[in-house]
Amino acid sequence: MARPRDESSPLFAGNAAGTLRLIVYLALALVLMVLDHRNGWLWRVRSMASMVVEPMYRLADLPSAGMRTLSVAFADRKRLTEQNQRLREDLLLANARLNRMAGVAEQNQHLKELLDTQRSLDINVQLARVVGVDLGAWQQRLVLNLGARDGVKPGQPVIDAHGVMGQVVEVLPRTSVVMLVTDPAHAIPVVVDRSGLRTVAYGARDGSGLVLPNIPLAADVQPGDRLLTSGLGGRFPPGFPVGKVVAVAPGVSGMFRVAQVQPAADIDRSEDVLLLHDQAEPDGPPVPVVPAGPPATLAPAPGAANGGAPTAAASASAVRPTLPRATANLPAAASATAPAAAGSTR
Amino acid sequence: MNRQRLSAWWFAGTLLFALLSMLVPLPAPLEPFKPYWPALVLLYWTLESEDRVSLGLAFVLGLGADLFDGVLLGEQALRLCALVFIVLRFRSRLRFFPMWQQALAVLALLVNDRILLLVVRLLSGATMPPASWWIAPFVGAALWPFLFLLLDDLRMRLRLQ
Repeated sequence: MARPRDESSPLFAGNAAGTLRLIVYLALALVLMVLDHRNGWLWRVRSMASMVVEPMYRLADLPSAGMRTLSVAFADRKRLTEQNQRLREDLLLANARLNRMAGVAEQNQHLKELLDTQRSLDINVQLARVVGVDLGAWQQRLVLNLGARDGVKPGQPVIDAHGVMGQVVEVLPRTSVVMLVTDPAHAIPVVVDRSGLRTVAYGARDGSGLVLPNIPLAADVQPGDRLLTSGLGGRFPPGFPVGKVVAVAPGVSGMFRVAQVQPAADIDRSEDVLLLHDQAEPDGPPVPVVPAGPPATLAPAPGAANGGAPTAAASASAVRPTLPRATANLPAAASATAPAAAGSTR
Repeated sequence: MNRQRLSAWWFAGTLLFALLSMLVPLPAPLEPFKPYWPALVLLYWTLESEDRVSLGLAFVLGLGADLFDGVLLGEQALRLCALVFIVLRFRSRLRFFPMWQQALAVLALLVNDRILLLVVRLLSGATMPPASWWIAPFVGAALWPFLFLLLDDLRMRLRLQ
């Protein structure tokens, strides 16, 4: 069975043509990497190749989906009953809480209407399932089973029952890719719930959680503090839990303190997540407040202005304004909403 | 003719299966132990039928893997090209090694591959990975004899080239 040796596989010496080809291919790969790193057009190629990529993702999901089905099929009855019971209790508790909250929410809504703010507590969500695909060991990414055809857009926040998970970074026709808050390339504006300190939380470089790398030395941050989204930047709506501070230590430079944060969401255990649909406020600075007060036609004499012209906020916070005051404020409120609406469409 | 076509399909099928098993997630504690399947299968084919494996094929397979992984277009293409080049260079000798020596050679190749990956990642701004990251080549080398025998056996049984 002796094979005649040919030129392409020499026993010892290498041939120049092979080396040359290797150099060409390596150079091509390097150029591709640099171009991709600079422009990130891998994703554009991917959405073109999604015809192939998405079925592969579905195929790769089959083993983990099968495991899930099997674990349900072979789970013993007792455990399922227990789980069912627990879920039912949770639902009961949550419903009871919701009922109590409903009244408060309604009151809040009225007050907010009086205050003329655009924010609302309603959330418009879409349920998505996590597709079990391994996108490389260092990647803090998830694949969801909804895509552009289900109305998913890049930038949408993704949450689970406990807090913010991340945001959609890439949308294919039937799947989308989520960057988690623990990705080192991710940053999320947060506010410390206890002290009201605003800062930015980045994904930790070792993938263990989040960090607050630049807390001023004098600022009040302690282990145990809860972090909420601050709503600055306009991408994440305010008030969602992000994580809990586990440790605070002086930074390397000594100019700042650095806090380690444990994410609130079940980053690596969630199977179902929620996609938020309303992207809260438009980007940019808030609309300048128009000095509110009675219109010029109703303005009293300059001498009486000190006592008679209340600000809009002051009059709105009075829950039952007196009748003449309310009528005097109506046109002012209308004139205040008009620029606000103009500002939001900009 | 038919047999030839079948063996071509078998060849392409194993490579595609390797890409697929790269994407299949393992339970979190087992995650660092996952070997780099495309490299192992490509290694087998390079040793067994060199006329089908060339640097161009390694490049295309790597590009496909990059497309699925969504990391950096060209990263795995670079790694697989380097791997195939080394194997093609030493192929005649590797084929006559006893199995344990071959496994050691595979270990060296896979560690080399990880080093290449580390260089690329560090250049693109990532940090040093945890120590468990270096386990995967050893798992790959330990699995090599079984993978080799399995693929060889299947090929003999199906009477493919």
